[in-house]
Amino acid sequence: MSVVVLPETAAAPVPAARRRRWPVVSIGIIVVFVLVALLAPLLSLADPYEQALRLRFRPPVWEDRGSWAHPLGTDRLGRDLLTRIVWGSRVSLAVGACAVLLASTIGAAVGLVAGYYGGRVDATLMRVTDATLSFPVILLALILAVTVGPSFGNVVIAISVILWARYARVVRGQVLTLMTLDFIAQARIAGAGAWRIITRHLLPNTLNTLVVLITLQVGYVIIVEASLSFLGAGIPPPTPAWGSMIAEGRDFVTSAWWVSFFPGLAILLVVLAFNLLGDWLRDTLDPKLRQL
Amino acid sequence: MSSVIDVRDLRTHIVTRWGTIKAVDGVSFALGEAETLGLVGESGSGKSMTCLSLVRLVPRPAARIVGGEVRLDGEDLLAKSDAEMQQIRGRKVAMILQDPMSSLNPVFSIGMQMREPLAMYHRLRGAAVTARAAELLAAVRIPSPETRLRAFPHQLSGGMRQRVVGAMAIAGPPRLLIADEPTTSLDLTIQAQYLGLLKELQQRHRFAMIFVTHNLGIVARTCDRVAVMYAGRIVEIGPVRRIFTEPAHPYTRALLESIPRFGARRERLAAIAGQPPDLASLGAGCAFAPRCPAAFERCATAPSETAIAPGHATRCWLHARA
Repeated sequence: MSVVVLPETAAAPVPAARRRRWPVVSIGIIVVFVLVALLAPLLSLADPYEQALRLRFRPPVWEDRGSWAHPLGTDRLGRDLLTRIVWGSRVSLAVGACAVLLASTIGAAVGLVAGYYGGRVDATLMRVTDATLSFPVILLALILAVTVGPSFGNVVIAISVILWARYARVVRGQVLTLMTLDFIAQARIAGAGAWRIITRHLLPNTLNTLVVLITLQVGYVIIVEASLSFLGAGIPPPTPAWGSMIAEGRDFVTSAWWVSFFPGLAILLVVLAFNLLGDWLRDTLDPKLRQL
Repeated sequence: MSSVIDVRDLRTHIVTRWGTIKAVDGVSFALGEAETLGLVGESGSGKSMTCLSLVRLVPRPAARIVGGEVRLDGEDLLAKSDAEMQQIRGRKVAMILQDPMSSLNPVFSIGMQMREPLAMYHRLRGAAVTARAAELLAAVRIPSPETRLRAFPHQLSGGMRQRVVGAMAIAGPPRLLIADEPTTSLDLTIQAQYLGLLKELQQRHRFAMIFVTHNLGIVARTCDRVAVMYAGRIVEIGPVRRIFTEPAHPYTRALLESIPRFGARRERLAAIAGQPPDLASLGAGCAFAPRCPAAFERCATAPSETAIAPGHATRCWLHARA
């Protein structure tokens, strides 16, 4: 007699309590940052570019010379730090979203095609993927910045051009497993062509993994963008970007710590929030991905 | 009688690191309307590869159909273009696979998966598609089909899922239905029900059916004719009654003796001596000769097909006319 094992019971049981608890803090932080970034112009704090040389290096409000006019203090040129961090969140989140979406689209497409066709197509695409993964993002971005000049578009391109390979790898792995399942064969027998099988059968079955990976990668991309801006290969000044703000403050860390500290704190919070959310999504949606 | 499917000298080769394997090596058979052929044989004897060759879905690029004809209602499928073949799959030739647990897409509801091929086959839209899908589910005896359309595969039992697959298979309705061990993973009681259902659908739609199995009990109950495959060849083909009562080929006899029988005196089952042949290094002779109790000198050359009764033929020197 055959034993019928349902997938639900076959998977290792996840404690119900852990599965149900939403990562409220992470979601809260992300929502706040996204809202702030979207509404930055409406919040009408100060002008992020307005310089006031008489008000240079004002400390945050709780320190001696601090005032509510500049709650987080001012930088070298007397610009309001809180305002600049708010505007900087637009850069970080926009780069994060664009790079991750671009990379995941390319990566998923490559992974689907490689896994579906197999053979030589697979071998070629996977070699390209491996080569890409061995190339440092920062180096490529620096090359782009030097040759084409730093800009928002170039940062997104530099990051996506490297990042897609991870998606390609993971998606291809999933597709290889899916291809052995009967529903793919059954679809083919029912007269479905390559396009239909890829879009209707393979892609929907990899979406869980993609969502998890996308969330986990947003934090990584934000850090890479900050590093690039820190190195001067990212978003060109005077546009406020968290990385370049840290860089501007690094000469004054001993006397005016807040100039570097608050942008750094913003990066920490956002990245931590995305990583925790990603971990939670992975545990809920796709426990098999635990090694990522 | 004009045949629905007429396969002549079908050959499919697989190229591997160890050499070329003749997975299907000159298979011929024909089937009429509402007729069922049982395809039996050990694992690796080429049963599944034969079926996949019929719909031209052999795993490329390693496997390739290298010769023969597959005539469906007189038209040679091997001569069709890929686009034409895609039109034939599902509509005219349908297939049911072994594992009901993985034969449905887990992320879509039953209704969504059924609507897709239906819309494709019949150019139906909207409510008409849903109605037709429910009709098909009702045809395979799924209770309250409208509700089931909204169910996801994991909410159905194995037997139910296999019924859904069956419902999709008869959507065409097909001229030929290939069932590749469709009941192997079902409970015994469900098996019997499912086989009954397939026969009933066959009576209604008059399609020819190829039934791949290694369960001879199922063959006896469902098939009109039996083809026994060994090492890529049909070694014996004939009416089911004759195969069971007067098996001609030593391999067929050995297969039948390896079925346990209630009340039989022998305590040990007769196993077939030796191992299934290594298809990459087959000699020129009869592939079964090394394991055959009746092998003699002539078996060093390959026997051709010999008719021993109307509709009953075998490839064995024991029956060759001198």
